Amino acid sequence: MDPITTSTLCIGGIGLASAAALAVAEKYLSVPQDPRIGKVTEMLPGANCGGCGYAGCADYARAIVADNAECNLCAPGGPACAQAIAAFLGRAAAAMERRVAIVLCCGDDTEALRRAAYNGIADCAAAQATAGGDKGCAYGCLGYGSCARVCPVNAIRIANGIAKVDKALCIACGKCVAACPRKLIKLVPAAAEIHVLCSSKDKGPAVKKVCGTGCIGCRICTKLADGAITMDGFLAVVDYAKPLTNEETVAKCPGHCIRKDAPPPTPNS
Amino acid sequence: MKPEAPSDLLVISSSPHAHCGESVTRIMLDVVIALMPAFAMSLWLFQWQALRLAAVCVAACLLTEWLCRRAMRRASSLSDGSAVITGLLLAFNLPPALPTWMAVAGSVFAIAVAKQVFGGLGYNPFNPALAGRAFMLISFTGAMTTWSRSPWIQKVAYAAGSATTQATEVAVDAMTAATPLGFAKEALKAGAPMPLFSDLALLKDFFLGNVNGCIGETSAAALLLGAAYLLIRRVITWHIPVAYLATVFAYAAILHLVAPGTSLPPHVHLLSGGLLLGAFFMATDMVTSPLTRRGMLVFGVGCGVITMLIRTVKTGAYPEGVSFAILIMNAFTPLINRATRNRVFGTKKECARS
Amino acid sequence: MATIPSPHTFRGGIHPAYNKALAAAAPIRELPLPARLTVPMSQHLGAPAKPVVKAGDTVAGGQLVAEAAGFISAPVHAPAAGKVVAIEETLTASGRACAAVVIETAPEQVWQPLPTFPEWRFTDAKQLIEHIGAAGVVGMGGAGFPTRVKLSPPSDKPIDTVILNGAECEPYLTSDHRMMLEHAAEIRIGAEIIRHILGARSLRIAIEDNKPDAIAAMEKAFQDTDGDVAVTVLRTSYPQGSEKQQIFSVTGREVPRGGLPMDVGCVVENVSTAFAVFDAVVNGRPLVRRVITVTGDAIAQPANLLAPCGTLYSDLVAACGGVAGQAAKVISGGPMMGFAVSSLAVPTGKTASGLLLLSPKKISDFSSQACIACGRCVDACPMRLSPAELSQCIEADDIDGAEPLALMDCIECGSCAFVCPARRPLVHHMRRGKAVVMARRAAAKKTP
Repeated sequence: MDPITTSTLCIGGIGLASAAALAVAEKYLSVPQDPRIGKVTEMLPGANCGGCGYAGCADYARAIVADNAECNLCAPGGPACAQAIAAFLGRAAAAMERRVAIVLCCGDDTEALRRAAYNGIADCAAAQATAGGDKGCAYGCLGYGSCARVCPVNAIRIANGIAKVDKALCIACGKCVAACPRKLIKLVPAAAEIHVLCSSKDKGPAVKKVCGTGCIGCRICTKLADGAITMDGFLAVVDYAKPLTNEETVAKCPGHCIRKDAPPPTPNS
Repeated sequence: MKPEAPSDLLVISSSPHAHCGESVTRIMLDVVIALMPAFAMSLWLFQWQALRLAAVCVAACLLTEWLCRRAMRRASSLSDGSAVITGLLLAFNLPPALPTWMAVAGSVFAIAVAKQVFGGLGYNPFNPALAGRAFMLISFTGAMTTWSRSPWIQKVAYAAGSATTQATEVAVDAMTAATPLGFAKEALKAGAPMPLFSDLALLKDFFLGNVNGCIGETSAAALLLGAAYLLIRRVITWHIPVAYLATVFAYAAILHLVAPGTSLPPHVHLLSGGLLLGAFFMATDMVTSPLTRRGMLVFGVGCGVITMLIRTVKTGAYPEGVSFAILIMNAFTPLINRATRNRVFGTKKECARS
Repeated sequence: MATIPSPHTFRGGIHPAYNKALAAAAPIRELPLPARLTVPMSQHLGAPAKPVVKAGDTVAGGQLVAEAAGFISAPVHAPAAGKVVAIEETLTASGRACAAVVIETAPEQVWQPLPTFPEWRFTDAKQLIEHIGAAGVVGMGGAGFPTRVKLSPPSDKPIDTVILNGAECEPYLTSDHRMMLEHAAEIRIGAEIIRHILGARSLRIAIEDNKPDAIAAMEKAFQDTDGDVAVTVLRTSYPQGSEKQQIFSVTGREVPRGGLPMDVGCVVENVSTAFAVFDAVVNGRPLVRRVITVTGDAIAQPANLLAPCGTLYSDLVAACGGVAGQAAKVISGGPMMGFAVSSLAVPTGKTASGLLLLSPKKISDFSSQACIACGRCVDACPMRLSPAELSQCIEADDIDGAEPLALMDCIECGSCAFVCPARRPLVHHMRRGKAVVMARRAAAKKTP
């Protein structure tokens, strides 16, 4: 037999034998699984972001089917996904509101001071542990991108020294919330458009010393917001459970830290 | 409105705040300096051919490095000097008459494929210059094994020819394509007696580099001078070269004792081919060699054994095995690193128990 | 009493430029009492102390202002008499914020001493330990481990050797050196108190061979001490002052991984800590002040100052003639393990052994390049780790890969980063990796 025939037969034979072994294994060694788990897994977006609290989409699907977990925990899938799963399993569709992450600091390098020149690795926790960080404000965004690195959908960009979340891309998985050493990132309803982009608990003069766009605790916004903004010490905080639409809060904020989201780009533009 | 910033910000960084002052660029500069004696000898021996190859390889390496970094949108890495070394080492590993375009092709392969594809200096698993050479050896086999004549040829032909007429024929064949090792391999395959190179005048030729071979590898004296510089400057440690050379010597000595008729004496093995260049300048490439001293010893021994296997196994195609030996051991480096980690301080008892 | 060369030397280590001549010849000078002291509640390892005074209170010097808040903690005393004006947050040298008792010092100083034990040789060890704890004595070499804890090993861990750490291997720093020269007799008594408490047979005074005058001073002070006492002369090598490396150099014993010196029958105490023990037991003075070396090429007159704990760095700089030229980096401690601070408005503490001001030309830039696997960090690591591999794991966020490479055994001595030709911030990577592991362990403990 010439070498070409020999090798063809050998390789082909090994392939056939392996295929047969796999077929046998599939039939006799397979673990019986509720077929609905596979179906639900397919209905989930497959981002495996872990935002639901389970180890990936398949695990969440198993939890929905086997452990009766809520079917509205998938942020990337959104209400449509939750409803589809609920309908498939014959359960009541729980209400679900889309949420997005937001960085509660707008003190970028144009507005906020750096108090030292940081020479170290680009990681916010590492920078924080080096003389307390180089940002003048002890509460502000350090801008070394620890949140951006853990984001599974690249929704966070570091621009001019601070992190910004792209609302359209965010799937609210919550990884950035955990990654921020200064706890600046919160998950808020996507419908909310007006935010207090400051987290400084310092008194007004101390804030003014280090940042041009910090909350100085003047309380003007609380009077305009109809209860949707409350004071936590010297910091105005939005209560996202209440509607906040009065744009005067934005216009009248002397610290310029109350901001309205830019309108989302229209689909055809 | 931004508040006014203090004028001089203090630098904050993690400890330590002191540094010994050493840098990658300085290390690369030292290697270039250490290669200069061998380069000078190659200029003397091969004249403008050596200058042509070195200039072409270094220029092509630098240009390729610059283009790759640009294409990858990374910071330029020309200033670290590693591309200069790759170019020089590649040129040193080429026969004098090699066409220029081949040298360019090898340089481009060395930098683009063997180095930048992996992410640049520090990430390349194989020594770029050797990968370039292996690529050329396989692609341009003929040109890579054609050696220009040197006065050395006549002497060997004479030395061997005095033994038998058959050997003279081999020697005459060898005149067109023979390095000392190439000659030995031909003799081995033909079953002809080995030239013993016991003539002192021949040994002197080996030391000065008056033998056929790649432009930078022939002069043992110049290479040893450069190696001494690297050792004194502590750019390299003794572990890899000594383990490598000792293994080659021991292997060759045993072989020569068992079969003196079909093998070269150990000192000839040490002095011929690219062994000294490889042991001191290429096996010691930091990126592709192990981290620990013990790992370096293992690496050196492995290089030595593979080199001698390639050189002395009769059925093998190549007369010389330094390049492939080092490349093969490069592949084992991560494994050696895993296996030869130092015993962590405070684990003495654990070791004794297990 | 004998003087012996150290029988071993740990493997690895480095030889940095020591630059000790700047301040070594300057005798200890007492800092004039600052008008305001910012006394941090966290001057030691463990839980920060809990303040027991409030704004408006008048305190006497040596009066307790904060009590220990746990087993691993230490009380804090007023370094001087005055009025508590505020209890506010301050940034400490290590970069962490903690509460501080701010005292406006009074022109008339009243002192409230602790009880004294002149007959300590006949005093029960337990009573002495309690007293040393109540005096707020902590390790003054850098870590600030409460001395009370160190002096009370469990009964199944007998201590046979007390090592007095006078290595002071950090470049630039000379405070321990000056203490050995000027307070040898007090250090000796402190050492003997420690030895008495622990019932240890042997006492070793470990000093590097680059301080011959300190060796001579210690030889003289200890010459008529009973029992197995010796000055062990260490080969000058950084980090000889590190506890584990020093125990190995002096006794040849290796503290097991994750273990403590008491696991090999040793206790290591800094010479300044021995002085503090003496001061607490014999003079009834709590640990409220220490010698701090103010040095560097950007300080006008390098000095060794005896300053109250809670003095702002700006006061120290002013007392040394101010900044010479431009200070580009201010380091609390030495250049190998000290902390860079972002301003001089940081208070000293019990562990602050030095303040280093460096000019722009003296600071090293750690502009990280890729690792070229030269293996120099592997040779330099006194813990025999592989910083090259560890840092690459951590850089790639592969903390699970770094942990089995003995990440947690790193002592952060800085030898690896010092020798790295690619100028990789190796210690910074280690710190980050260790912090992640610690956070994970803490989380795992919370949710069993």
